[in-house]
Amino acid sequence: MTTTDTVSAAAPPADPPPQPLTTRDGIPLKVSLMRALRREKMRAMLLIAPLLLFILLTFAAPIADMLFRSVENGIVSNTLPRTVEALADWDETSGEAPGEPVFAALHADLLIATEKKTHTRLGSRLNYEASGMSSLFRKTGRRAGRMDEAEPFKAQFIDIDDKWGEIDTWQVLKTFSPPLTSGYFLNAVDMELTPGGIEMKPESERVYLFLFARTLFLSLTIMGCCLLLGYPVAYLLAALPARTSNLLMILVLLPFWTSLLVRTSAWKVLLQQQGVINDFLVWTGIVSDAGRLVMINNQTGTIIAMTHILLPFMILPLYSVMKTISPSYVRAAKSLGATDWTAFWRVYFPQTVPGIGAGSILVFILSIGYYITPELVGGTSGIFISNRIAYHISSSLNWGLAAALGVLLLAAVLLLFYVYDKIVGIDNVKLG
Amino acid sequence: MTFKTLLLASAATAMMTTGASAIDLTIVSWGGAYSNSQNEAYHKPYMAENPDVNIINDESSNEAVAKLRAMNEAGNLTWDLVDVLASDAIRLCDEGLAMEIDHDEMLAPAPDGTPASQDFGDLIVSDCYIPQIVYSTTFGYRTDVAAWNGKEPDDICDVFDLETFPGKRALEKRPINNMEWALLCDGVAKEDVYDVLETEEGVNRALAKLGTIKDQTVWWSAGAETPQLLADGEVVMGSTYNGRLFSLIEEQDQPVKMLWDAQVFDLDGWIVPAGLPKERLDAVMEYLRFATDTQRLADQAKYISYGPARESSAPLVGKHAELGIDMAPHMPTDPNNAKNTFLFNYEWWADYRDDLDARFQAWLAS
Repeated sequence: MTTTDTVSAAAPPADPPPQPLTTRDGIPLKVSLMRALRREKMRAMLLIAPLLLFILLTFAAPIADMLFRSVENGIVSNTLPRTVEALADWDETSGEAPGEPVFAALHADLLIATEKKTHTRLGSRLNYEASGMSSLFRKTGRRAGRMDEAEPFKAQFIDIDDKWGEIDTWQVLKTFSPPLTSGYFLNAVDMELTPGGIEMKPESERVYLFLFARTLFLSLTIMGCCLLLGYPVAYLLAALPARTSNLLMILVLLPFWTSLLVRTSAWKVLLQQQGVINDFLVWTGIVSDAGRLVMINNQTGTIIAMTHILLPFMILPLYSVMKTISPSYVRAAKSLGATDWTAFWRVYFPQTVPGIGAGSILVFILSIGYYITPELVGGTSGIFISNRIAYHISSSLNWGLAAALGVLLLAAVLLLFYVYDKIVGIDNVKLG
Repeated sequence: MTFKTLLLASAATAMMTTGASAIDLTIVSWGGAYSNSQNEAYHKPYMAENPDVNIINDESSNEAVAKLRAMNEAGNLTWDLVDVLASDAIRLCDEGLAMEIDHDEMLAPAPDGTPASQDFGDLIVSDCYIPQIVYSTTFGYRTDVAAWNGKEPDDICDVFDLETFPGKRALEKRPINNMEWALLCDGVAKEDVYDVLETEEGVNRALAKLGTIKDQTVWWSAGAETPQLLADGEVVMGSTYNGRLFSLIEEQDQPVKMLWDAQVFDLDGWIVPAGLPKERLDAVMEYLRFATDTQRLADQAKYISYGPARESSAPLVGKHAELGIDMAPHMPTDPNNAKNTFLFNYEWWADYRDDLDARFQAWLAS
């Protein structure tokens, strides 16, 4: 203490004005050092460049592209550029369908669109927003070429389909004409874009918020079940002598290596009402033949099957952490007078927290995006949001909505990750 | 097999694929018994006649719509011919992903000279579509249910009658077909079904009717589920494709019978992806002309109980290739089975599918 005091007290007046350190050829040392380091860094970058490029091209870019679809809506203005321009002057609150210039523009646009066969594509896009658009465009496209150019177009369009005279049709067209739309995101949270602004959908059509909540709830439940069942198993694995624990380890790993579909189907055989478990319960007289338990095609089925499938993802990180905990800590605690419970809870358990964290994150993130098992055993009350995403990707082709749902799911996971980091700390996670 | 033989074998296959055959055709279908029937009826005879063509089977039809769109966007078309349902064909045609077909020009006429477009008739539901088979979604029921006191369902509305026919039902996890059946049994006349379903009250009515059996229903998403549920006794009646029920009843000999009432006709057929290069397109068209002629369509019925889509094929339908039973009475198009069929409205569903699906899923989840 005293020496530093004297040094700091004595140093300032003795110090000459600071001279920048230079190398022998006059370049400041800092610059020279940076140069050398940059070269090193460049070399390191070049080494990892192939992998980085590969990841960017095959992983990051497709995800970014998919995410962008959740707001992208160029199709209306690309297919009907003149109509969109003419519609800008139309007042959608006027209560009247647009006038002749808009219909003339629509005719010109449709002639080109039918040539390129893009009008039906636009129809199926707009059909996501209002039923009937798909056939309206298909029908109109077939007859657009046969219109009489000398006559007023408005009457001819209305003649093809009354919908062209209805204000709703034009409101949809105008609402969805900008190249970017919030429509998909609103849809993904059970809202809709109407001419009057953003509104909640009618009660009977709301499904996504509910499914998001259920996905989170079920994933947390599955995570909890995995932890409850996995912790003792991991403890046994770590505590038993090598010979027995190896045998146990195989019992954990064998199902892990078995196909997901096989395991899910096996649960079907076990859990169904005419299945093994129910037959056994009826045979022992615990339940009556009429009162067979319903354990599948509902949430119970999803929870049981997914807990089984994801259990190894909990056990393995837990095991690898427990393996490193020296038994002498617990022994020391006991020798100092701790009861079994205190020794476990105050000494052993805190040391396993990194394993619990890792296992829980793994199980939670895996289960939040699962869809095969819920689809097979979940019935109607046990399906996840990912089942709807899969439906919109592969069946309804509404990729914009699927992308919006995906973005929300990703955002929810990131948010939970952040909260987890604040509470537990991400440094406290050990993945083996 | 040792490593050496494996190496030799793969070298031999590599030589065969590059050397002997001039052209590979990738044909996409559903897999299972259905692909098998196409393989026996179309692919094998065609390859025998044209040794320079090699047909590769891809079993991705259930995700064909999404994959075709992805291929189109990536500009890398790897499929030459795709087997899809009619509703998917309409969708693909609308999206510009399927090529428009001139049926009379591109397909063989019937043996008596009737042009193809007339031979297929109304079944050409889209300009891009070449129908192959007619199937129907219908109900199967177990014949050994004690609680039914010897009665057997013979009316579609028995599905909604929990008093006479107690037990669990299996229905498909989507609005199509279910909504129509519900309205029919709620007293709506057949020809008014779609008009009623277009209104808010109509949808509510259909859902309310389905609601009467909701807690007694297992909802399926794959066609193989109902046969399995029936065989396990997990449900007492359930809807599925008639070919699945045929194999459950005739091939696996289960105590199950078919309920031919208000069954819904649907189609399966080919589409040609838009944008094939000239050489591949020519090869596909050559194949299609062969595979969709009158005899070939009739041949397929030997292996699976789906009716040929050409009118001229119907008289040529023979016996099952292995069981040796007459196939005609098992066809959905047989007059005895088709006494009271329901005509599915593709155009209507193309318009209302998205909306009704949202309603239906919200209803299911609640």
